[in-house]
Amino acid sequence: MTQYVTAAKAGLLSCHACGQLSKPTPDHERWSCPRCGSHLHFRKLDSIWRTWALLIAGYILYLPANLLPIMETSSIFDSQVDTILSGVVYLWTTGSWVLAAIVFIASFVVPLAKLLALTLLLVLAQRRSTWQPMQRSQLYRFVDFIGRWSMLDIFVIALLVGLVQIPSVAEITAGPGALAFSVLVVLTMLASMSFDPRLTWDAEDA
Amino acid sequence: MSSSTLIACHECDVLQRETSCSSGGTARCIRCDAMLYRSPRDGLNRSLAFSFGAALLFFLANVYPLATLDAKGAISSATLFESALALYEQNKPLVASLVLVTTILVPAANIVGMIYLLLPLRFCRKPRGASKVFRLIHAMQPWAMIEVFMLGALVTIVKLVSIAEVTVGVGLWALAGLMLLQAAAASSFDSRDFWRRMAAIEEERRIVSDTVEATHS
Repeated sequence: MTQYVTAAKAGLLSCHACGQLSKPTPDHERWSCPRCGSHLHFRKLDSIWRTWALLIAGYILYLPANLLPIMETSSIFDSQVDTILSGVVYLWTTGSWVLAAIVFIASFVVPLAKLLALTLLLVLAQRRSTWQPMQRSQLYRFVDFIGRWSMLDIFVIALLVGLVQIPSVAEITAGPGALAFSVLVVLTMLASMSFDPRLTWDAEDA
Repeated sequence: MSSSTLIACHECDVLQRETSCSSGGTARCIRCDAMLYRSPRDGLNRSLAFSFGAALLFFLANVYPLATLDAKGAISSATLFESALALYEQNKPLVASLVLVTTILVPAANIVGMIYLLLPLRFCRKPRGASKVFRLIHAMQPWAMIEVFMLGALVTIVKLVSIAEVTVGVGLWALAGLMLLQAAAASSFDSRDFWRRMAAIEEERRIVSDTVEATHS
């Protein structure tokens, strides 16, 4: 097996913003990048505990985000309350199967899958597991990339609310679920940012 | 800067030597296959040009309505900002600001920041506070979500066509173009080339000031 040397083992700090390698100055508590001035750490600060906190908050919000109404449509005939899933059902029954699938995946599957995947990565990193680091790296990259797409439903609500404002004919208002859902998306994004993927490989290097 | 420069992978921290990859190519980590860097062809000129184009489309995307709705004579339309404002007026300030930040503020700051960094560099000048702006652009990256908004607009239109007549406005077309141009600007931005140029300007300045000092003494 090839022996790899990490920057941390060689006593070098690598800048997350500009990529510059530098030696830590012994006289300072906080290091900053000599090239771009970013704060430097060998590993992201308190990565595991910060990510846990954000994940737990995310799990707590997952239910209200999906059960509370995200918007309310009122017209002269009737009024209708929608959740994330009823929006998907509506798209499905009107024949837009592809869009129904996209919204279902982006709003329902992705946030949950992201929470579960990050939990798995976190537990394995915490236990210093050497199990399948390559696949865990790939999983992290995928999770980090896909997370933003959950914002889809928030944008749909924003546009509907902005467009459908025809007094006395039809009006759409955002519901409490919209808030829970957007906070959920932001929390999962922050969670994946605070996780340090280098922890996945550290067990192997030790 | 030759091929002997060491870099660390940002995902697994392995030290490796920078290799000169063909222009237009990407370099990947030897261990975890993460993308280390790109070598875009003519990066500075291209990302600058794309950013100027993006600035123009950003203006159009924010001035013109995204779509117009016609429900049996009752007409309504909305721009990007008006959508965020409508949410704000419905007592959803947090959701409204999230929409505002991800679709207007961050993309705008991104375009301005790129032009601020690259235009002076194009003429061999060092932009003031360059490292601060560079860090800001780097930190904002995950929060620019125009492409997600575009998909959201598509879903919205499909939802509305069964109820009313929907006309796609100039704003949405401009936004689609903006999405493509921002992606192009970001992928042709060569951060290694950026720092190389910055260092070269610094070096030149030092030589000039040394010569001036030498002639004075």
